Amino acid sequence: MILEQLIDIFLLVFLAIISIAVLRIRDLFTAVMLFGIYSLTSASLFMVLDAADVGFTEAAVGAGISTILMLATISMTGREEKPLKKKGTMLPLAVVVITGATLVYGIMDLPPFGEPDNPVHTHVAPRYIEQSPQEIDVPNFVTAVLASYRGYDTLGEVVVIFTAGVGVMLLIGRRRKRKEGISNE
Amino acid sequence: MSDHLILRIVGKFLIPYILLFGLYVQFHGDFGPGGGFQAGVIFASAFVIHTLLFGLESAERIAPQWVLKIVAASGVLIYALVGVAAMLMGGNYLDYDFLAADPIAGQHIGIILVEFGVGLTVASVMMLLFFTFAGRGEAS
Repeated sequence: MILEQLIDIFLLVFLAIISIAVLRIRDLFTAVMLFGIYSLTSASLFMVLDAADVGFTEAAVGAGISTILMLATISMTGREEKPLKKKGTMLPLAVVVITGATLVYGIMDLPPFGEPDNPVHTHVAPRYIEQSPQEIDVPNFVTAVLASYRGYDTLGEVVVIFTAGVGVMLLIGRRRKRKEGISNE
Repeated sequence: MSDHLILRIVGKFLIPYILLFGLYVQFHGDFGPGGGFQAGVIFASAFVIHTLLFGLESAERIAPQWVLKIVAASGVLIYALVGVAAMLMGGNYLDYDFLAADPIAGQHIGIILVEFGVGLTVASVMMLLFFTFAGRGEAS
């Protein structure tokens, strides 16, 4: 119990340190790498929460492919961030403090962490856990929920990914035209 | 990166295992963590490594962009058609119960097909995104 809490605290503090480091660093390459570490730490947190599927996705997508895509972007844009113009820092600070205070105030309304009678445990989750062995009979009922009970949502997600691919190709996928000497850029 | 001998050898050694692990995650998603989405990303990452090691042209010979575009679209299409098939067999859209005589078998068929569609689309879109970005980087 104590060890578990220590791991939680360690991972959360680590996340906070990485976020501050990302904000303060001007070198974009380092920032991207830190984002990768951030995702990996989040994946560990999801594993601590027993959400293996979410942790897996976070590790593969967050730490893996998005890091690579951001690196590819940096190879086009250059790795140094433009120096900040020194303007008034009081207004942004006030906005951040007020937003943060609102969020902390909102946390107080959340049900206590891990209580068995929280809404999240009493709504549809019991039905999935009790009925999915009879109705769908796959051992990993996260898959049953995603692919069958929420099949329509997952279809939407696949369409989103497809649309993202189409969008990127329409915007910057024009390599062949360049060779013909036509410049549309 | 072709002059880095150690990276090239280790990368070459890793690629088949990454592909195999991607397939494992794809088809073992019913039993353990994983599924089409994660499998697609893992599968695509093998091609990313290949591109980093051997260059974009070599990777595009293995997976030409026009093939990837067709695969990306057909993944979505497989998913949507499973729903239409369920409708034709008398159920609601994406109600896999009607895909086979036994509802449980129907669910299993539906989930495998749908996850396969997800895997195809995710893998090919991720590869297309990376190829597009990498090609653009080389151009400028």
